[in-house]
Amino acid sequence: MQTRAILSVLGADRVGIVAAIATALAENSVNIEDIQQSILSGVFSMTMLVSVDEESHPFEEVQARLADVAEQLGMQVTLQREDVFRFMHRV
Amino acid sequence: MLNISPEEIVETLLMVHQQHLDIRTVTLGISIGDCGADSSDEMARRLYDKVTHAAERLVPVCEAIEREYGIPIRNKRIAVSPVAVVAGRCACDDLTPVAEAMDRAAEAAGVDFIGGFSALVHKGVGAGDDALIRSIPAALASTSRVCSSVNVASTRAGINMDAVARMAHTIKETAELTADADSIGCAKLVVFANMVEDNPFMAGAMHGPGEADVVVNVGISGPGVVRAVIAAMPPEADLTAVAEAIKATSFKITRAGELVAREAARRLGVAMGIVDLSLAPTPAEGDSVAEILEAMGVERCGAPGTTTALALLNDAVKKGGAMGTSSIGGLSGAFIPVSEDAGMVRAVECGALNLEKLEAMTAVCSVGLDMIAIPGDTPAETIAGIISDACAIGVINNKTTAARLIPAFGKHAGDHVSWGGLLGAAPVMSVSEWSSATLVRRGGRVPAPLGSLRN
Repeated sequence: MQTRAILSVLGADRVGIVAAIATALAENSVNIEDIQQSILSGVFSMTMLVSVDEESHPFEEVQARLADVAEQLGMQVTLQREDVFRFMHRV
Repeated sequence: MLNISPEEIVETLLMVHQQHLDIRTVTLGISIGDCGADSSDEMARRLYDKVTHAAERLVPVCEAIEREYGIPIRNKRIAVSPVAVVAGRCACDDLTPVAEAMDRAAEAAGVDFIGGFSALVHKGVGAGDDALIRSIPAALASTSRVCSSVNVASTRAGINMDAVARMAHTIKETAELTADADSIGCAKLVVFANMVEDNPFMAGAMHGPGEADVVVNVGISGPGVVRAVIAAMPPEADLTAVAEAIKATSFKITRAGELVAREAARRLGVAMGIVDLSLAPTPAEGDSVAEILEAMGVERCGAPGTTTALALLNDAVKKGGAMGTSSIGGLSGAFIPVSEDAGMVRAVECGALNLEKLEAMTAVCSVGLDMIAIPGDTPAETIAGIISDACAIGVINNKTTAARLIPAFGKHAGDHVSWGGLLGAAPVMSVSEWSSATLVRRGGRVPAPLGSLRN
């Protein structure tokens, strides 16, 4: 079962953020469908639309792996099911 | 394709991480209509089995939803059918064993409160109601999770003043029995006019007779989010603009509640009940309804204009929420509890807010006289007078009102009480020393208003 989710990454810019996140996603069979990224006043901000293959890697497992990456990078990394944003921001 | 803008994603994250957006409660309503028995012990056994079975997956399912959607669900709770109705078959005087079974069931399910130790006596007191009301003080003293509620008035029936007076004495007795914990028993006891059947919030939650066997009801949150939106507006923004901003915010908050309600019902395999649009504060700094009113422009909650601001807030929340869900229910009006709202506590402490102003505010919101500590030596007739005033506002205006008063045993006006957790802490508020004893002792029923004849 493919679950669409939004991954948001926020924190101080540094080398290797995208690489670390993308590696963790690939290792957990998470497909990246879209990326938007910017740096404003040294603050790195990235949002991704991803598909989580819950049969091979349950949502909770992917979140746990990303929490490890967030700790290593010292950044805020949040993975949330996409429908919460659709529900809250679209009539 | 990413059809959600990064700004919307950041806004959502800010709501959760900085403005206390959460789902205030997912409450599982469970019918215990089939738990009636000839003895209270047998009824208690049946109730325990029914509740623990029905609520077995409530907490794990809610925790999974929290994780996956990134929105905290602050409380997971249970509401059962009014115990007094089911207890009618049981010829017993003491329903404390039933309350204790509810307490154990709540603990086994991992929830902090279970509601439904309740009776509806707005027109008269049946055998089950009588036993339940008599059992309330001991039941609330011997349990920690059980909440009790009694409906003493309705627009269709008027105010049962005998029941009001009896509840005032029950509140006093409960306060004395739980004196060692600042009369905490009374914080779990609420007296209603026009009680609703699908209220997910404690202490008044119960599972009405018109409900399906098991349903999920959700109470939204978001005072902090609304306050932040208003605080970000320029002071010259007019009140129409303020109402528009609240509506837009309320829509988003309600949608989060709708999503959680649908998902919880689906995963639990039960019916989705309602989304309650009440703005419910917590003692956490910034999660305050009083601070919303202050952000709108009154110097301190309780100042002239406060009722106007509250009326605008309450109405705008409903208008925005009505676009967000077709399942509005419960109380769906702002809560203004004193001890559970840091802004209310501040307003009381500085003298801006008093009992009389809270009564006026009751006319334009939900439960008005809520979590109010009063002196322990307040006469029962005075407590009855305060309750009946709240009832009168509800009965005449065809709305729910309620009173959750805590006559803190041994405490006087200006002292402090503290119950901890979500119940918070509060100063003991002064009460009018003018007596209502003669009115209350007349007893009988205040007839239903002409406005109730609508057919």
